[in-house]
Amino acid sequence: MAGSLTRLLRHHLAALRMLLVFTVITGIVYPLVVTGIAQAVFPHQANGSLLKDGGRPVASSLIGQNFNLPPSKGQTTGAPDSRWFQPRPSAAGPTGYDPTNSGASNLGPNNAGLVKAVKDRRAAVAAFDGVPPSSVPADAVTASGSGLDPDISPTYAYEQVNRVAKARGLDPAAVRKLVAEHVQGRNLGFLGQERVNVVVLNHDLAALK
Amino acid sequence: MNETLAGWLQILALVGALALSFRPLGDYMAHVLTSPRHWRVEQLVYRIGGVRGDADQTWPAYLRSVLTFSAVSVLFLYAFQRLQNHLLLSVGMKPVAPSLAFNTAASFVTNTNWQAYSGESTMGHLVQMAGLAVQNFVSAAVGIAVVAALIRGFTRKKTDRVGNFWVDVTRIVLRVLLPIAFVMAIVLVAGGVIENFHGIQSITTIAGDHQSITGGPVASQEAIKELGTNGGGFYNANSAHPFENPNPFTNWLEIYLLLVIGFSMPRTFGTMVGDRRQGYAIVAVMALIWAASVAIVTANELHSVSSSAGHAAGGMMEGKEQRFGIWASALFAVSTTLTSCGAVDSFHDSYTPGGGGMTIFNMMLGEIAPGGTGSGLYGILILAVVAVFVAGLMVGRTPEYLGKKLGAREMKFASLYILTTPGIVLVGAGIAMALPGERAAMLNAGPHGFSEVLYAFTSAANNNGSAFAGLSANTVWYDTALGVAMLFGRFLPIVFVLALAGSLARQQAVPVTAGTLPTHRPQFVGLLAGVILIVVGLTYFPALALGPLAEGLH
Repeated sequence: MAGSLTRLLRHHLAALRMLLVFTVITGIVYPLVVTGIAQAVFPHQANGSLLKDGGRPVASSLIGQNFNLPPSKGQTTGAPDSRWFQPRPSAAGPTGYDPTNSGASNLGPNNAGLVKAVKDRRAAVAAFDGVPPSSVPADAVTASGSGLDPDISPTYAYEQVNRVAKARGLDPAAVRKLVAEHVQGRNLGFLGQERVNVVVLNHDLAALK
Repeated sequence: MNETLAGWLQILALVGALALSFRPLGDYMAHVLTSPRHWRVEQLVYRIGGVRGDADQTWPAYLRSVLTFSAVSVLFLYAFQRLQNHLLLSVGMKPVAPSLAFNTAASFVTNTNWQAYSGESTMGHLVQMAGLAVQNFVSAAVGIAVVAALIRGFTRKKTDRVGNFWVDVTRIVLRVLLPIAFVMAIVLVAGGVIENFHGIQSITTIAGDHQSITGGPVASQEAIKELGTNGGGFYNANSAHPFENPNPFTNWLEIYLLLVIGFSMPRTFGTMVGDRRQGYAIVAVMALIWAASVAIVTANELHSVSSSAGHAAGGMMEGKEQRFGIWASALFAVSTTLTSCGAVDSFHDSYTPGGGGMTIFNMMLGEIAPGGTGSGLYGILILAVVAVFVAGLMVGRTPEYLGKKLGAREMKFASLYILTTPGIVLVGAGIAMALPGERAAMLNAGPHGFSEVLYAFTSAANNNGSAFAGLSANTVWYDTALGVAMLFGRFLPIVFVLALAGSLARQQAVPVTAGTLPTHRPQFVGLLAGVILIVVGLTYFPALALGPLAEGLH
């Protein structure tokens, strides 16, 4: 009995020692070496592809942001600001686009609340951008998987040009040209979808005179 | 280029890349698992670890090593999470609650990586990299080790030895997983995945708002998360999160990584048993199921089949990222549920009834097309044993597979294997539905809510880890029940696989005769695919009828 117990203990001790060896190799050395190389060779990407204004980070070009007016009393989120290109709806946190709360709505394909939300968003976006409701694309009325999607479809970006130009007193042609410059094609020509990064677009829009 | 052509090219490029890897990776893994030579660093690992690397184990000894290693891992990971606030790099995270810490420890050790927590607001950097990511390596290696023992059962004769667990695990980690993960982590960083120790960074946004961005060593974890078919994301949004998966290229690469070992294992198998045609037959079945599933999910999503929300929106983009779109998301969803990966780049809860239902069905197949690292191959080999047995019954011969007789003892182990997971899934989901508090955890009402619960237990028992994430699964009851489901769903099948390995290894080989069923021809590919669909279909049809089928027909 005592013999089998010590044997059991010995087995577990050996297993623990093996686990610790693997922890050192794959849990400490491996990530540190990868981090070292990443920071030396690809510092911009490794640190989150940050966009800076005067040395101060204002965004990660990969993480979507809200472009809202300041919330009025009693509201958690403000209304969309017409001077900015608007991102997709977001389910990340109560205000949306909260990187400490990434995630999707998880509403089912026939969820009544989701169907209503989609219809409401379609009406609101159409009124906001001054376009017919039927022309509003799917990405404008659905929340992304991460809640942090920085991209919208080119269709949705072009739809917003006139509204943004008017709110900023800019020539719509200049704004449309800016959007065209920000349309990213599929990777290698066939991977994924065409898209416009709203964060980068708005960052460059702010600099447009 | 139009969407359809691009979508097809995306799939063809993936198939091409997997086909190119099949031979070199499969043969390399066979070499790693059979080479008599130890590397010097491996001998050092054995010495520090206090294990013997020079002697093969009997199947009970092999099993005991699997179980003690895993038990110690669960306890270690549990303690790590409970004490994280006292450790370095905790970035202000509090100790993880007991039931959640148990669930997460069970989840990562069983290669499930079910996540009842939100990574960016629960786990410090050290737990992520030195706790969770370590299990990403070793739990994947355990799966390959177990299938190696099973293959040895077929190749060896008149012996009670099935290999050495410590040697298998150490070699797989050091010679296979680590080098590939290392290279791929760097490629992912180049593509935009982050790798830093910044903790939480506060910024003032372009519009003057505030945002807190969680950094961390993501790329190093991402690479092994896919390669080892683990699937546990650094962030709650998993591979939908732009820091884990910033663009369509990284997305494609992640799908490739989560499939590559699984699809190459049949080559390893064919090479080790000395008849590569046997491996081709297995990989053909895997590829058939995978292709059919890709077609079904993609078609359902593209046409918003039976989804009023999809029709209202003009496309199934709820829960999907703009950069990926429907084609790439469906490809990921199928691949992750047909392996034991469970990473997601889009949220399956919002898929069409047909598309989402198919992801559940994929897991119910037992994750065998191509399945998790190692576990996919042993899963399909057990089904191959059943298929051979069924064929044997038809012609009234004692069935044999790869020169080994499948007698009563072997069939008992195979049957127990097949019964284990459905038992856990159906009993677990049944109990959950009988309890009012647990029913209330569903986010969506009606059949879709039932699908959330069915998905959770299917995912846990099959060690997948993806979710219909609407279910509020971080409760003491679900944490405990799903944790137990994961442990039983992983280790009971391993017991039966190793027992079968031991039983096969003891036998003398029987010579091939004119009456032997050839197991490398298209006929057998069809037979095996049929057996898989019938066994799984009959087991789960009633449960599927209550969930996705009811919703789709509504």
